[in-house]
Amino acid sequence: MRHTISLLTDNKPGVLARIAGLFSGRGFNIASLSVNETLDPTVSQMTIVTYVSNAEDPIIEQITKQLNKLIDVIKVIDFESGHYNYIDRELALIKVTVDEHKRSEVLNIADIFRGKIVDVSRNHYTVEVTGDEDKINAIVDLFRPIGIKEIVRTGKATLPRERPRCADKQ
Amino acid sequence: MQIQGAQILLECLQKEKVKVIFGYPGGSVLDVYNALHESDITHILVRHEQGAVHAADGYARTTGDVGVCLVTSGPGATNTVTGIATAYMDSIPLVVLTGQVPTMLIGNDAFQEADIVGITRPCTKHNYLVRSLQELPRVIKEAFYIARSGRPGPVLVDLPKNIVNQTKEFAFPESISIKGYKPTYKGNRRQISRAVDEILKSKRPVIYAGGGVVLANASTELHKFAKKLQIPVTMTLMGLGCFPGTDELSLGMLGMHGTYRANMAVTNCDLLIAIGARFDDRVTGDLNTFASSAKIIHMDIDPTSISKNIKVDIPIVGDAKEILKDVLQTIGTKRTKKQQVKPWLDTIAQWKAKHSLAYQMKDVIKPQFVIEKLYECTKGNCIISTEVGQNQMWTAQYFRFDKPRKLLTSGGLGTMGYGFPAAIGAQVAAPKQTVIDIAGDGSIQMNIQELATAVQYNLPVKIAILNNHCLGMVRQWQQLFYDKCYSHSTFEAHPDFVKLAEAYGAAGLRATTPDDVERVIKKALAIKKPVIMEFIVEPEECVYPMVPSGKSISDMILL
Repeated sequence: MRHTISLLTDNKPGVLARIAGLFSGRGFNIASLSVNETLDPTVSQMTIVTYVSNAEDPIIEQITKQLNKLIDVIKVIDFESGHYNYIDRELALIKVTVDEHKRSEVLNIADIFRGKIVDVSRNHYTVEVTGDEDKINAIVDLFRPIGIKEIVRTGKATLPRERPRCADKQ
Repeated sequence: MQIQGAQILLECLQKEKVKVIFGYPGGSVLDVYNALHESDITHILVRHEQGAVHAADGYARTTGDVGVCLVTSGPGATNTVTGIATAYMDSIPLVVLTGQVPTMLIGNDAFQEADIVGITRPCTKHNYLVRSLQELPRVIKEAFYIARSGRPGPVLVDLPKNIVNQTKEFAFPESISIKGYKPTYKGNRRQISRAVDEILKSKRPVIYAGGGVVLANASTELHKFAKKLQIPVTMTLMGLGCFPGTDELSLGMLGMHGTYRANMAVTNCDLLIAIGARFDDRVTGDLNTFASSAKIIHMDIDPTSISKNIKVDIPIVGDAKEILKDVLQTIGTKRTKKQQVKPWLDTIAQWKAKHSLAYQMKDVIKPQFVIEKLYECTKGNCIISTEVGQNQMWTAQYFRFDKPRKLLTSGGLGTMGYGFPAAIGAQVAAPKQTVIDIAGDGSIQMNIQELATAVQYNLPVKIAILNNHCLGMVRQWQQLFYDKCYSHSTFEAHPDFVKLAEAYGAAGLRATTPDDVERVIKKALAIKKPVIMEFIVEPEECVYPMVPSGKSISDMILL
């Protein structure tokens, strides 16, 4: 299953290499990654998505502990630990192959997903869409039979919600 | 006053109370060496950079202070990697200063350029490339703080040449604050009281003590704790000496070449108290059968060590000394029943009667006999370093260490060639002590060049070579698990070690029969310069007991 980890780190050269090395040194693949500066320019925020066989896997505990151990890492949030309810968004740019029969269908789908057409040429529409991973996967599935020429997806941007999980209230 | 970066570096080192640097000069660090010439800091010129790191490591293990080495860029830096990895695996505090090409040449494949920060990222606790002279004092202060605090480890600081030869006002930071680094020293009170409840309930407890007890200087507390509750203590290779090896509660070392009683005790205990140990595969063997009927308490300063290999019931994160103090205090107010563990100690005494450490004397020298004689002749009052392989295991088994910081050995990485330079570092740290490197004929040749260093600085290190004309441990595995196919594990050419010692200006002695052994050792101990003692030993001897790799530790091959 997917596992989403959010980090606050020092904003300086070599930090990403340390974190990437920690994953690669243990044979884990980073499925997606986003890095950005926070309001404090000395601090970066990263969201890393990785795959593990199950959420109870002790390796996730090991990964979060190892991340915490890095001197440059200030804070680690494991979103799958059950303590957090969170919002996550990805952005995708999808270049769909179109002809005169398919233009309206593509527009329709983009509209349903609240996507935007950001580039148009004779044979292609480029659709910009944001949403969580499932939403992006869904629109990709719909465009696939029409014909996707190219696609790029960003890493996840995540933020914990300001209210506890429903389960925690009970 | 404006001073040069190199002088600022040395001022910083003096603020950190550095007395000795082990190093080797080269182009990128010439400014530092120029400043060092006028400095109060002692510099030991080694013969290979790997030797510098191992010597600094031996110095650190002996004193508990941070060991420091200084090398040039490129090959100087890459030669330190094995030494750094050795220190990293054994949590030894080091600061490794490497020269680097000027900042404007970095990344240009300049002469003697190597991305040493990139290369050592996975084998240092932390590392730095200094980007401006402005940040140099802070980096040095942080490097020492990180190296010695929490779970200690090596820190590398890469110093571009143009930074150490600029000039600037010197100001040393008073304090440091590293946002992402706040080691925990005090154990959690609730966890400690849960642990104490289990300890008082237990009928078959065992303490499994590791290098963390040595690093935390917690031997006194461990001794009080074990004695008060009559809990037997087994030690890892790294832990040897943290509890007296001659004490009746000592079970000796556990694991692959552990004693019968230690491995049986761990297998059958109902409570395993791990202190500053990390459940290494050489200790646990098959994880499914390791202390399988026991509750496990694990005290360790590094959270990543806890529940890494074995699920722990009561984790306590903190410094071994602080935790043990709190444990003793908590127990202090409660009733303890010593007779509760009496049957357990009786069972262990029966296991002890099996005398798993034994060998048959013949007319050739048995390597174990040499270790026993070294122990007798020194009365255990010396610092021992080892190389890696059979020599290391026999030392761990037959030399009884009563005090911590008396055994210097590469436990985690298993670095052949570690022992001799480490012994040099120890001798620098403790000039009046006897320091002996117990070596094999294979491993001594990995850093034999340091004999010149020992001679130059008049360091009377003794080397005991157990010469079986082969790579003993490799040969042992080939004998037991590879149908005696001795593929490339025997040496058909060797130097004459006695003449070699003499060629370096050291002394050389050789023993070929059991009767020679004591005489050679006594003679060597009386010589006030480096001595090689070569013992021609039984080539076919194996280290027993032995647990085959991956088997349960109760599944021992005994002699």
